[in-house]
Amino acid sequence: MPMSEPQTLIDKLWSAHEITRREDGAALLWVDRHYVHEGSFHGFSQMQARGRTVAEPSLTFGVADHYVPTRGRDRKIPNPEIAAMVCNLEKNAADNHISLFGLHDPRQGIVHVVGPEQGLTLPGLLIVCGDSHTSTHGAFGAYAFGIGASEVAHVLMTQTIWQKKPKTMRVTVDGVAAPGIAAKDIALAIIARVHADGAQGHAIEFAGSAIRALSMEGRLTLCNLSIEAGARCGMVAPDATTFAYLKGRPYAPKGAAFEQAVEAWTKLTSDPRAAFDRDVTLDAGGIAPIVTWGTTPDDALPIDATVPDPARESDPVRAQYLRDALDYMGIAPGKKLTEIAVDRVFIGSCTNSRIEDLRAAAAVLAGRVSKVPGLVSPGSTLVKRQAEEEGLDKVFRDAGLEWAESGCSMCVGINGDLVPSGERCASTTNRNFRGRQGPGARTHLMSPAMVAAAAVAGHLADVRPLLAGRKA
Amino acid sequence: MEKFVRLTAKACPLLLPSLNTDQILPARYLKWPRSKGLGTVLFQDLRFDADGKERADFSFNQPICRGAKILLVGRNFGGGSSREAAVYAIYDHGIRCVIAPSFGDIFAQNAVKNGLLTAIMPEEEIAKIAAVLAGDPEQTVTVDLEQQTISCRDLCCAFAIDPVSRDQLLNGWDDVDLTESYRAHIAAFKARDQQSRPWAAPTTTAA
Ligand code: SF4
Repeated sequence: MPMSEPQTLIDKLWSAHEITRREDGAALLWVDRHYVHEGSFHGFSQMQARGRTVAEPSLTFGVADHYVPTRGRDRKIPNPEIAAMVCNLEKNAADNHISLFGLHDPRQGIVHVVGPEQGLTLPGLLIVCGDSHTSTHGAFGAYAFGIGASEVAHVLMTQTIWQKKPKTMRVTVDGVAAPGIAAKDIALAIIARVHADGAQGHAIEFAGSAIRALSMEGRLTLCNLSIEAGARCGMVAPDATTFAYLKGRPYAPKGAAFEQAVEAWTKLTSDPRAAFDRDVTLDAGGIAPIVTWGTTPDDALPIDATVPDPARESDPVRAQYLRDALDYMGIAPGKKLTEIAVDRVFIGSCTNSRIEDLRAAAAVLAGRVSKVPGLVSPGSTLVKRQAEEEGLDKVFRDAGLEWAESGCSMCVGINGDLVPSGERCASTTNRNFRGRQGPGARTHLMSPAMVAAAAVAGHLADVRPLLAGRKA
Repeated sequence: MEKFVRLTAKACPLLLPSLNTDQILPARYLKWPRSKGLGTVLFQDLRFDADGKERADFSFNQPICRGAKILLVGRNFGGGSSREAAVYAIYDHGIRCVIAPSFGDIFAQNAVKNGLLTAIMPEEEIAKIAAVLAGDPEQTVTVDLEQQTISCRDLCCAFAIDPVSRDQLLNGWDDVDLTESYRAHIAAFKARDQQSRPWAAPTTTAA
C-alpha cells in the first residue's frame, strides 16, 4: 500500500461528499444545507414544471432578504411586484415544508448572516445557495459555493449537485495587521493582488497568523469576498475561534454531540505537506486602509494613493478600461483619493453588517456628525437587537444616519433602497460594478470604519487619525 | 435542453473586459418571469442612456450585431452575481455562443445548463476574428463543438471548453434525468453518511 498523499482541507471536504464520479471527471456531491431566498423562484418553477417536490425539506432553509423592505415593516409592501417576490418565497416554503426565516420572523436577516448565526452553517458541510456570496460560509471550514437557478432546481429535487473538482489556491497572510485595519482591507488587498478573475476555477484556503487572529465576523467578510477574486469558494480551517462561536447556536449540535462534532471538525485542516496548485502570500503588516476607485473590486488602492492616469498606461486596452472606469465614476485622472467627495454612505450587506462591523463604524462615529446622509442596515434582526442593546443605534442616529431593518437593501437595490443616478456612495458592500447600487450609481468599497470616516469627513478619508485615543 | 453541435451565424464583437452579470442583466429585471422575454433587456443600461435612447458608442447597437448569434467578448465575461437570468437574457436575445478569453465560473455553469456554449479562446485570436468582421459585417463565423474549432474566412482556431460541459451540450443531456440513474448510489451514501457524520444534521431542538 502506498502512503496516503497529504491532503488539503479542500480535498478532505470533497471526498466526504462524493457519491459517485463519472469518467469525464464530474462528481455527484451530497448537499448538507441548501439556502433559498426570494430570488430562488426560477429554481422552484423549474421543479414544479417537472411535477417534482423537494427531496430533503429538513436540509433546506428559506430566508427573505433580497427584496424585503428596510422601513415600514408594519405596513403592506407598497410595490406589488416586490410584495409578490416575498409572498412567493413564503408560498414555496409552506408548500414544500421548508423552514422559513420570513419577513416577520425575529431571526430574519441576510441569508449569509442568518446561516452562521443560527448554527445552520457548520464546519465540514457542503452548502449551496442561489447566490454567489455563498462563499461566505466557508469561514467555518465548510465547502460553500453559489449556484444558478438550474442547479437550485437540481438540488431541490435531488439534494445533490454535479461538480468538477476545483483547483486549489492557498492565500497565506502572516504578520500582524495595524490598528484600524479590518478583514475588509485584507480582502481588498488580496483581490488587488490576485485580480478580479485571478482565482477563477479555484477554491481558496486562507491561512497564516493574520487569518487565525481574525474573529468569525472577520473570516466571514474575507470568505464572502473570495468570489470577488473570481474564486469558486473560500475557506478557513476551523479552530477554537470557530467552535466557541458555534457553541450554543440554535441549530448546532448540543452537549456530548457538540464535543463529538468538535473532535471531527478538528481534523478539518490541510495536512502539513499538502500541495496547492497556487500559493499566494501577503504580509498583514504592510496593509493600509483600502478603498476602491473604479468599477471592479480589484480597482483597489491604499487610501493615501491617487487614482490611475490612463495617459501614463502603456497597454492600450488597459488605458481604455481606465478611461471608461474613471468616466463612469466621475473622477479626474490622477486625483488623490482623499479629495473625492461622497454624497452618501451605506453600512450593510452580507460582507459587513455583523455586530463587529457595526461596532467598528460606531467607534468612529461616536460623538461625531456625518456630513452626508446615510443608511445603516444590520445583517439580521438579531444583530439589530444586539446593536440596540449596546446603544449603537443611538450613535448612528446621533451622527445623522438612518437606522433601518435588515436585508440586502442598498447592496443591490432591488428592494428599492437605491443610490440615485450620478451620486457617489461610500459603501461596506462587495461590488462596485456599474449600476450595482442603482442605475448610474457610483460605489466605493471599503471597511465599515472607513465608511464612517468618509461620513465624518464628507470625502474618502483615512480612518486612522480618527481612531486616535479611541477603542477601535 | 437544445443540443449544440455546429453553428454558422453572424457574430458581434463586443470586446470589453469584465462584462459582469450586473451589466448583462441589471438587477431590477430579476423579478421578471422568463416568459416575459428577458432578451429585450439584455445589456439594458449599456445599450440605452437615461432617456431610453440607444447609445451609439456601445458596439452591440451597431448594425454588424443585429441578428448575431455569436458574441465575441473580453476577458472575465459573466463574473459577479450568480443570476442565471443573465444567461436567459443572452439566450432569449438569440445568442447561442459566447467566445471569451475567460468566463466567470458560475456563469459558465449556468450557460451549459441552458444550451449556451461558452468557448474559451486567447485574446489575440478573438481580436483577429473581430478584425475580419470589422472589414466585412456580413461575414459569418462557424463554431464547431465536435472539432472544438472556430473558423472565420481563412482563420481557424481551436477553443477550450470543460469536457463535461462539452458532452452535455453535444448530447443535450438533462442533469436531473442523469442524476435519477444514480438514485441507489445516493440512498446508500445518505445511509453511510448519517453514521459517519451524525453532527451534519441540523438539530431539531431549535426554538
Ligand atoms: S447583501 Fe448583497 S451580496 Fe449579499 S446576498 Fe444580499 S444582494 Fe447578495
